[in-house]
Amino acid sequence: MSAVLFGVLAVLALVAALLVFSVGSMARATFALLASLVCAGGEVVVLGLPYLGLVTVLMMVMEMVVMAVFMVAYMMDPAGLTQMSMVHNKRGSLVISAGVFVALAAGILLVRWPERTGTRPADTTFQLGESLMGGQMLTMITLGFVLLATMVGATVLATRRGRYDRFGDDLDQRPARDPVGGGVGR
Amino acid sequence: MILELFLLLAAGLFSIGLFGALSQQSIVMIMMGIELMIGGIVVGAAAFWHFLAPATGSGQVVVVAALVAMAVEMAIGFAVTTAIFRARQVDMADAAQDLKG
Repeated sequence: MSAVLFGVLAVLALVAALLVFSVGSMARATFALLASLVCAGGEVVVLGLPYLGLVTVLMMVMEMVVMAVFMVAYMMDPAGLTQMSMVHNKRGSLVISAGVFVALAAGILLVRWPERTGTRPADTTFQLGESLMGGQMLTMITLGFVLLATMVGATVLATRRGRYDRFGDDLDQRPARDPVGGGVGR
Repeated sequence: MILELFLLLAAGLFSIGLFGALSQQSIVMIMMGIELMIGGIVVGAAAFWHFLAPATGSGQVVVVAALVAMAVEMAIGFAVTTAIFRARQVDMADAAQDLKG
């Protein structure tokens, strides 16, 4: 049963991935990518990791919805109504990616993989939680700080006003020139 | 189900994503390529955990790290797109060559 599920999901994931860069409409490309990554999440569930597979699927659904909004907001032809090419160096990219696939496939098929060591626990989600809160605690802390830095960095990049707009050319303008009042002490 | 088949699927997703990341002009489409590449890494890491070392949680932690990389890539990618679009009304990588050496 799981072998059949693996085969179906694998074919769907690869076909949807190919569709991402071949359909004309940007919205269709977004949902093809969603289909591909949902199938990838399904493969993770097939491998016995239901929590991580479900997290992948839920995260991808939200990401692709956000991506569709950004595409409609920014791209010149989100509906793909005008036929146009938005690629550069297609042949070179094709050669490089095909070469990478051949090299990876050769490595996968030629390497003598080691035997499985140990048995999987009954509750794989518990195993993950125990790792992140135990032996891999440093990894978890690092990932937390990376996410915090991402939130700060994304906000700074996306906001219209910079520090010089608020505090003046010499950064000595007090109070800051903000469009609306508020904040601590103001 | 054997390890090699899962790894071939992961390599396929990675290579298709690499093609998109290299060939697309739109910044958002480049991000879609990178998403596919990380999707391949997620499948590969989960397969390594299942077939090689299911007794330890390290393989699962790699999957979590890849998912965090996906989230970071999306958040910073959209922020950069917003900043470039606000400054110059462009969303194409060819028109944003500030970092070109």
